[in-house]
Amino acid sequence: MTPDLIYGLTGIAVFAIGLVGALCAQDRLRRVLALKLCSVGAGFILVVAAWREPPASPDPVPHALVITGIVVMVSATAVALALIRRLQTLEAEADE
Amino acid sequence: MNNLMSLDPMTLALFLPLFGAMAAFIAPRAASVIGLATVLANLGAVGWLAFEIRAAAELITPLGGWAPPLGIALRADGLSVAMLALTGAVGLLVSFSALDALRDARQRQYFWPLWLLLLTGLNGVYLGTDIFNLYVMIEVIALAAVGLTVLSGTREAVRAGLEYMYASILGALLFLMGVGFVYLQLGRLDFAGLIAATPSAALSAALALMVVGLLLKTALFPLHFWLPAAHANATAPASALLSGLVVKAALYIFLRLSTYMPLPDEILVTLLGALGAGALLWGSVQALRAERLKLLVAWSTVAQIGLIFIAFARAGQVGLVESWKAAALLILAHGIAKSAMFLAAGRIKDEVGHDIIRDLDRSAIRPTLAQFTFALAAISLIGLPPSLGFIGKWSLMEGALQAGYWHWVVATMVGTLLSVAYFSRVFAGFLRFDRMQGALAEHKGWALADLAPLTLALAAISLGLMAAPILSFIELGYPFGAMP
Repeated sequence: MTPDLIYGLTGIAVFAIGLVGALCAQDRLRRVLALKLCSVGAGFILVVAAWREPPASPDPVPHALVITGIVVMVSATAVALALIRRLQTLEAEADE
Repeated sequence: MNNLMSLDPMTLALFLPLFGAMAAFIAPRAASVIGLATVLANLGAVGWLAFEIRAAAELITPLGGWAPPLGIALRADGLSVAMLALTGAVGLLVSFSALDALRDARQRQYFWPLWLLLLTGLNGVYLGTDIFNLYVMIEVIALAAVGLTVLSGTREAVRAGLEYMYASILGALLFLMGVGFVYLQLGRLDFAGLIAATPSAALSAALALMVVGLLLKTALFPLHFWLPAAHANATAPASALLSGLVVKAALYIFLRLSTYMPLPDEILVTLLGALGAGALLWGSVQALRAERLKLLVAWSTVAQIGLIFIAFARAGQVGLVESWKAAALLILAHGIAKSAMFLAAGRIKDEVGHDIIRDLDRSAIRPTLAQFTFALAAISLIGLPPSLGFIGKWSLMEGALQAGYWHWVVATMVGTLLSVAYFSRVFAGFLRFDRMQGALAEHKGWALADLAPLTLALAAISLGLMAAPILSFIELGYPFGAMP
């Protein structure tokens, strides 16, 4: 098994776990974490795309893509967490 | 150096809204002025671009002078300019009505940066030629759109916004996964590389991932679950932007991708059409059952998205060369009419004080101009002549008949009848006066704010008379033929 295959299959598995979580989890925070897992899985696939047989140097373009993906996901997570907090406050107010 | 300094309408359409969004966020007190000026300037840039496209048919700008596949190029052709113009023009009118509709200072403060950011993302999608770039743009759109959804700040809106966020991010990540597989196969991500690629099973799998992600974002049945609550609970201008413009971005990417990377099998085209028919029926049935006006309008969006997919599938795989035009016409028609309808529904809710359909005929206040606007928009959505919606449906059925696919004609007819039925529920409320208590105040509830939705609704009707020039414009640059 070459490293790229191991990485690729891991990426698909991680994405799949995240997908199941995002669709099936009830808890709001768990769903955010599941989406994070999906993004890690997709990142793995991009990293695999950069891999080359060792003497050759890896392709830098997918690395740039992964970094962009991470930045996007950080901001998306921040928005989701802010929404969850806001919703909790609103629900607590409604219960009182 | 000369290359960097020269102004070009595509770069302007991308960076004007971005800088406008930042300026509006930094100077909240001047946000409305900055916002309106930016939206006007954006429309000017789009007009300039349209003028150049009429002469040149297509324009390509490699950003920073870097050519693809390493650099990112912006490309405009007839279809992308039509989408830009739809976004710019509808956006301008929604902006005008936002001046009146957003009463709360906080809402006004955050509306403009979010909307300008949304405009940046939409323009970026219509000009983009690189699928990773498209991924980034749909994330920008998602974040801004979620912000607009929760702008009203109510519990229902925040809850719907969070659901929307999950669906939107998941859709974008599925798309990203597909992008990763494409890079693995081809080593490049620009459209020219996709066209040049030889079809393979792995590429089809990548396409499938991207398409599922896009269907989730455009809310095709049965992936529509997030849409009705999100669109119904937002403030009226936000609903108009979300329903009229935002779902179209994913649809547009889908149209482009499905012709650059041909769907591997006829079955898939039929499946998409069948899902469209499912959306048309389910959306219509839910619209018939909806208790609130804005919810009814939101369900009608689900049905109309289905109609666009039927137009896409109307003549099977070989018919795609022509079918995209019917789909594009319906996209334009729905964008204009639905934003008019959401704005009108917002105005009715503002004046009457509620939007419960059953009690609309009990109200003594009849905002007649808003009701008239609602009816005009409904004419285009139902597809009565001479509206743009009629032309779109006509070209859908014409193509389906020529290809001998009667089932799509039947589905469209049933959907049309159902849309007459659910819009009639609303018209009955407008026109009945016998259940009313107290004196009728028919002329109350006219306002300058009715002007923007009325203009949109009149455009949705009258653009049908200009369908021939519109069709020949969107064909400029052969969006779906061979690209150089």
